[in-house]
Amino acid sequence: MSDNLFQYLLRLGDDRLVLGHRLSEWCGHGPILEEDIALANIALDLIGQANLYLKIAGETEGKGRSEDDLAYFREAIDYRNVQIVELPRGDYAFTIVRQFCFDVFNYHVLEQLQSSRHAELAGIAAKGFKEARYHVRHSSEWVLRFGDGTEESHTRAQNALNELWRFTGEMFEADEVDHAMLTDGIGADIEGIKPKWEAVVKDVFSRATLSVPNDPPAMTGGRRGRHTESLGHMLSEMQIVARSHPDAQW
Amino acid sequence: MVKTANRDDILAILSEVKDPEIPVIDVVELGIVRDIVIDDNELRVDITPTYSGCPAMQVIEREILSTLQSHGFQNARVNTVYSPAWTTDWITPEAREKLRAYGIAPPAGRSDFGGIAELVSLRRAKPTTECPFCGSANTIIKSEFGSTACKSIHYCNSCHQPFDYFKAF
Repeated sequence: MSDNLFQYLLRLGDDRLVLGHRLSEWCGHGPILEEDIALANIALDLIGQANLYLKIAGETEGKGRSEDDLAYFREAIDYRNVQIVELPRGDYAFTIVRQFCFDVFNYHVLEQLQSSRHAELAGIAAKGFKEARYHVRHSSEWVLRFGDGTEESHTRAQNALNELWRFTGEMFEADEVDHAMLTDGIGADIEGIKPKWEAVVKDVFSRATLSVPNDPPAMTGGRRGRHTESLGHMLSEMQIVARSHPDAQW
Repeated sequence: MVKTANRDDILAILSEVKDPEIPVIDVVELGIVRDIVIDDNELRVDITPTYSGCPAMQVIEREILSTLQSHGFQNARVNTVYSPAWTTDWITPEAREKLRAYGIAPPAGRSDFGGIAELVSLRRAKPTTECPFCGSANTIIKSEFGSTACKSIHYCNSCHQPFDYFKAF
């Protein structure tokens, strides 16, 4: 039970930490000032959420690991995020289409977790759910504008969707951890969320004149520690200060 | 041994602690002080974060402790609670006026803004945000994300001033 909970909290934390870090890479590089600020804000929300999930993950594990220990001193193979969040940020269309796919997923997961039997998790999710609403608005607006915009923006958004679609199925793969957490009234029903997610994203992609690829979502393994090569590169940058100065306080 | 005090005394002391990013309002007015527990050995202040990643929370926690210590409460402790989640509905009417006077439009209207169908539409109804400088309703939103997690960026077409809005949350 507590190992399932630990794993579940790691997944919640790692998805948001890794995606938050990818978004933070845009800080100072956004296409316009308002977008630079927006992505930095969304990154802050996601990393803040990850901080809270990893904190209670460490407490659940009971081996004295803090949220910082979990973030900075685990290898890629010990990360439990889905692969879609670890892919390099790409161009702005790629960042936005990926973000939209995750935001709609996040919205539905947090909507359910607000009534989790785990009171602390429910409280953290309730706050995250409010933040997710702003995120969904932001990313969906840009998907609509890019897709139904200029030839250039349409092409870039379509290329992003073509590349990303096969990574989306992993978000809804429920294994024994998800089933146990659902049975215990703690976790979200990600299999039940899938049709809701599909209805929303397909509606938006259709209005954005973007075609959803026919190839089935095929990429998987992140929940078991199997990642693309990108995660290791990302972690080496994210973790270097903490690993170089392991006892530093600031 | 905790110095003798009641809840109102502590609240009065905590009202000296300002939001580091919006120094015209204090932590009590902001609605983040959720409870005060006084017993023989300890004074405990429960606070709740505004946004998940708000970097001001750590500063606020330190400020609360140092302010209480300066009033003779050495055994104070700050405890962070997550449920129920903070909402801008908890910001007092007085604090809203202080925000406006400071040049930040206070939160107004719904903090839930509908379900997912409403969120993914460019045609959704956009609430009017009054300019804190001239009171005009002829304003536009430039970005829902601003200089801090809690603010968005707007522009007044009447007095041609950019301004911040404390988002309903």
